[in-house]
Amino acid sequence: MAALSVFVLILVCCALAPVYASWAGVDPFRSTLDAVIIVNGVEQPVMELPKTGLALGFSPIGPTWQPGNYFLGADNQGRDVMARLLYGGLNSITIAGIATILTLAFATLLGLVAGFYGGLADTIISRVLDVLWAFPVYLLAISLSVVMITQGIRLGPVEIDSGSLALPIFIIGLIYIPYVARPVRGQVMSLRQSDFVMAAIGLGASPGRILRKDILPNVSTTLIVFVPIMLALNMLTESALSFLSIGVQPPNASWGTIIQDGQSLLYTRPWVALAPGIMIVLSVLSLNVFGDGLRDALDPKSRVKLGRG
Amino acid sequence: MKKLLLATSAALVLALPAWAEYKEEHRGGTMRLVARSAAGTVDPHINYTLQYWQIYQGLYDGLLAFKKAAGEDGFTKVPDLAEAMPEVSADGKTYTFKLRPGIKFSNGQEVTTKDVVASLQRIFKVSSPTAGGFYSVIVGADACLAEPATCTLEGGVSADEATGVITITLTRPDAEFLDKLALPHAVILPADTPAQDVGTAPVPGTGAYMISAYDPNSGMTMTRNPHFKVWSEDAQPDGYPDVIQYDFGLTDEAEVNAVMNGEADWMYDQPPADRLAEIGSTYADQVHITPLTAWWYAPMNTNIPPFDNVKARQAVNFAIDRNALVNLFGGPVLASPVCQVLPPGFPGHVPYCPYTKNPDQVWSAPDLEKARALVEESGTKGQKVTVIAEDTAISKAIGTYMQSVLTDIGYDAEVKPLSPNIQFTYIQNTSNNVQISITQWYQDYPAASDFLNILFGCASFTPGSDSSINIAGFCDKDIQAKMDEAMLLGVTDPEAANKMWADIDRAVTDAAPMAALFTPKRIDFVSKRVGNFQFNNQFYWMVSQSWVQ
Repeated sequence: MAALSVFVLILVCCALAPVYASWAGVDPFRSTLDAVIIVNGVEQPVMELPKTGLALGFSPIGPTWQPGNYFLGADNQGRDVMARLLYGGLNSITIAGIATILTLAFATLLGLVAGFYGGLADTIISRVLDVLWAFPVYLLAISLSVVMITQGIRLGPVEIDSGSLALPIFIIGLIYIPYVARPVRGQVMSLRQSDFVMAAIGLGASPGRILRKDILPNVSTTLIVFVPIMLALNMLTESALSFLSIGVQPPNASWGTIIQDGQSLLYTRPWVALAPGIMIVLSVLSLNVFGDGLRDALDPKSRVKLGRG
Repeated sequence: MKKLLLATSAALVLALPAWAEYKEEHRGGTMRLVARSAAGTVDPHINYTLQYWQIYQGLYDGLLAFKKAAGEDGFTKVPDLAEAMPEVSADGKTYTFKLRPGIKFSNGQEVTTKDVVASLQRIFKVSSPTAGGFYSVIVGADACLAEPATCTLEGGVSADEATGVITITLTRPDAEFLDKLALPHAVILPADTPAQDVGTAPVPGTGAYMISAYDPNSGMTMTRNPHFKVWSEDAQPDGYPDVIQYDFGLTDEAEVNAVMNGEADWMYDQPPADRLAEIGSTYADQVHITPLTAWWYAPMNTNIPPFDNVKARQAVNFAIDRNALVNLFGGPVLASPVCQVLPPGFPGHVPYCPYTKNPDQVWSAPDLEKARALVEESGTKGQKVTVIAEDTAISKAIGTYMQSVLTDIGYDAEVKPLSPNIQFTYIQNTSNNVQISITQWYQDYPAASDFLNILFGCASFTPGSDSSINIAGFCDKDIQAKMDEAMLLGVTDPEAANKMWADIDRAVTDAAPMAALFTPKRIDFVSKRVGNFQFNNQFYWMVSQSWVQ
């Protein structure tokens, strides 16, 4: 529960990003190179040239540690890093969350159909999943992103603009489908042979009813355990893609893009990259710990096995 | 023979003062250079990178060369393997050179007229990137471009081995032909050099140094050419270090550290932004800053909305705070705001800036009100605009800033950073419908047409091609006619031609197919032991003219 609390706390803080930006009076998506703030009663430019030597390099202000006043300093566009961190978290969690729902929905559908009907349907679905699985997951994500980042997606009436958050959601949601569909299919195949399913078939229940009433509830435990794990994985993938400039597009923010922005400031303003890095670690760690706990709670057998191991 | 003796005596007398400046006590040692990566093939007829053009200066020679001198003197063309500047026929189409006798390649072979003819043919045989752009004016070049493998340049290049006379005939007068002959793509190589990209196998040259080892994954070693003797201090002076070692594979942060710690003597790449303050304060005496004849600009596609409307393009020009961009680049010490095409110090440059708060010769401040009014007048307000930037720290920062500016003046703007590997070709291809982008242009040679005609000439616009350097797709028949006239006038009256180029610069700036952003300056960060740093405006720091002991 402690792990879940940490994640919920992060989620709530990120959800309050617009409130924070409004309170701080900053626009985290707009360049403010000429902004001036007051720190400890003294006016300070957000971006400043050094006053000594050759005056090379236009540096952003460092952390003021004053909430609402460039708490974590500015990035190279003079934008408040704290405000961007919260907005970035909101985007990262939103993308990871919706991608998780997409992955689980499609994986469940495919796993149910392949596992229950078997035969040709199973062969086709399994081979398609094999093809997807054959690619290293990051390589596939990067390849899809690079192709789609310039043109977006246009599939009949479906049109996703290249700068839209829907693009990383779609890509991340797609690449993990085999990783969930495979175990779901295996579990459904096993359930398909169980006595209660055979009995339902014998009683003349329709396949739809059996899937809905008998099999899905038994698979749901697995799916619930997958939620925090996929959420954590998707957050990492989103951050990696955004760090490589093929995920969330500027001026929008995600923790990955903020780390990339901070990369060029690592030497003088390390907090620009460190802060989102810490947030990613905390979020993923809390989700993984929570996922472990959830699995132990929902599947006591695995806890016993682990305990004996 | 008498003529030759006189020429030789004159050359010796002229060479003496410069030669006397050579400080023998500094000769020797190893100059250690570092860069993030190699720059590809070492073939001087193919490589088109500043990184290698810089080092080719001590390795290869053409019939002519840009003078190995600091500053704007570096734009002067001097005879190199040719004894003297060529005789030009009255119609401006025939150039006659006489080859210097007794010069040897680093493999010991003497340079002959056969090597000269073969080298000029080889430009086409290896499909040099500038074969069509720079050398297509030679008679016979059309056939060579059509069938490179069988290129003879018949009727275009001929030589008399006995007298050492080489004749080059052009299809039309070209005021910049001598500039083009002084570039690395026209250096003279042995006649038996393979007629294909030599890749990582160095080709013998005539310079003071030769490449003795090259591995693009680790480094390049240049040692003294054992057959080199100074024939012209201006064209190919002797160097100071015995060895020039160029190592690849360091990050720019690591390059900075290497120079700071004295493990390297110079870094090719520009120091990262967050090290500039430290370099500029603690290591100020090891920093050399030099203005470049280059510019950063934002080409706007004049053929698709919203920038097919001149008012929309002018609005962008008025809205940009060029000081902000200068700061993003590292501050006013490292860049200067500009409004026009030709960079300061370039032939034809006359200061002009119509896109500033109080229009004057120089930019002073943005005029957002005027910009917004122009957007309203253009009827393009609210349209979607995508800025295509490179995925590098500075280009992306400029792209992000431009997105803010475009939003401020009423557009629905977004920025899309693309990998530097693809961005430059992507923005050139009209099929990608790029509206506005961020890019840079560095001069090939000191002539106004290298900016104006190359970047905004009708012939440089090829719809649907990745190689359409007129990124804005700008083609104004009147301006093009003036450019053609100026290029022709340059053959006989360069000064009058430069005045014409100044007018053309104003006309292009007024039509605003781009937003000029700033001219960059270069930082050369060297180790404490580097002495005699000299910056040549054409090919930058003259590596071999500095010493390390």
